[in-house]
Amino acid sequence: MTDNFILRAVLAGIGVALAAGPLGCFIVWRRMAYFGDTLSHAGLTGIALGLLIGVGSTIGMAVVGLGAGAILLLLQRQRRIPADTLLGILSHAALACGLIAMSFMDKVRVDLFGYLFGDILAVDWQDVAWVYGGGAVIIAALVFNWRRLITLTVHEDMAAAEGIPVARTKFLLTLMIALSVAVAMKIVGVLLVTAMLIIPAAAARPVSRSPEVMAFGAAAAGCLAVAGGLQASLIWDLPSGPAIVAAAVVLFVLALTARRGFHPSARN
Amino acid sequence: MATVADTRPPSGGALIALRQASVTRGGRRILDTVDFSIGRGEIVTLIGPNGAGKSTLVKVALGLEPVDSGMFWRAPGLTVGYQPQKYSLDPALPLTVRRLVTLNTAASEARIAETLALLRLERLLESDVHTLSGGELQRAMLARAFLREPNLLVLDEPSQNLDVSGAIEIYQIIAEARKTTGCSVLVVSHDLNVVMAATDRVYCLNTHLCCSGAPEDVSRHRAFLELFGAAAAKTLAIYPHHHDHEHAPDGSIKPGHHHDHSHHHHD
Repeated sequence: MTDNFILRAVLAGIGVALAAGPLGCFIVWRRMAYFGDTLSHAGLTGIALGLLIGVGSTIGMAVVGLGAGAILLLLQRQRRIPADTLLGILSHAALACGLIAMSFMDKVRVDLFGYLFGDILAVDWQDVAWVYGGGAVIIAALVFNWRRLITLTVHEDMAAAEGIPVARTKFLLTLMIALSVAVAMKIVGVLLVTAMLIIPAAAARPVSRSPEVMAFGAAAAGCLAVAGGLQASLIWDLPSGPAIVAAAVVLFVLALTARRGFHPSARN
Repeated sequence: MATVADTRPPSGGALIALRQASVTRGGRRILDTVDFSIGRGEIVTLIGPNGAGKSTLVKVALGLEPVDSGMFWRAPGLTVGYQPQKYSLDPALPLTVRRLVTLNTAASEARIAETLALLRLERLLESDVHTLSGGELQRAMLARAFLREPNLLVLDEPSQNLDVSGAIEIYQIIAEARKTTGCSVLVVSHDLNVVMAATDRVYCLNTHLCCSGAPEDVSRHRAFLELFGAAAAKTLAIYPHHHDHEHAPDGSIKPGHHHDHSHHHHD
């Protein structure tokens, strides 16, 4: 039994890392880190509302997450309020709403701390299945749309001129981020989801010369962070979610310093 | 009213045709009853001052923005190769020249080598794009547009960042590509000093179409003179193409060839 919960934790963590790494690359390339934060905070509101209404946390999270993504895409069409300000407003509004909604639920057993920071050691096999199901959908969507996503990341007007459906592809990316948040929330929690998306990707950047290498590198860095973080969590009795994120940060710092003095972009 | 593409092709085998097309955005008229077409294998140059509606016209022509009134037609199955005007590649995205020029293309190794040699980028194939100079990056974006094997090349300000001889060289490469592949070319420019010599037709836009025609005719047109002044007319499209030298890839000067460009006369 004791071995099983560790096995489930490792499997769930690696499942999250495999999908979040490559997806996180797009968040880094397209400067969407705030976007991920906003969607994860919206996820907290969704969980709270889902539990309050009685439809369940998963459905609540999915509906509110997608709604927040759609609102953001629509609001970004106006120019008077800058995009990062909008994201900041929506992000904190969602967090505040989520916390308020949760305060109404004293009769329901709500582990607020668990939602905020995750509890990877408590995942059951159903959670593991959810991680791999969602992760497989994200990876499949990334592979299938890879050329479109890279082209519009390099130049949106160029992609549009050459017939790539830019608006649809961007919406798909939003859906994928919302799904990744939903998948990773139980593992690392609302406040640390974005970390699993961006830190492995950022760690892979200094040692990558192509988008594909960076995507694989981010997945690998994420897996290493999960393994290292869980190990540290077991040895020193650390909270597991924060330990995984801390391990990812260590990898990032290592990657950054390993390449100091050598500029990967040096000619020849 | 045609906000969707008309299915009936216009006469003359045009790839793209606009008839009396108008676009209004936010209460402001951006394009006013513009007639515009690009024929098969034709090189069209679109010139006009800043804010003349050039970008909007290109977007409409590519089917990215609807027209509010008038007709828009676009040949089915068009493959567009687009060289953007502005490109700030984010250093967060690792990209080699090879990966950039093959982006959204299915080019063979031989074609890649040939195209990069044509644009004198062959030594940079495996380089990081973030180390390229402005001119090199621009040529790389042009290489990518070529490698799309397009029916229509759309080049937005291809002579920016280039000196006059550099611009002339790029225009010669474009003209050569048209000759060998038969693709149509749309060049957007506000640089009146160097309009491509091989241009078949110049459209001079300032919200409405001031004039259009062969380069020499446009440069003498009264509307053109009013818009750009007589000084500009003196240089338009009749830029001499006599170089007494060329620059080798390392920057050294080598003796060049003299050549004449006979201008095409239409109508």
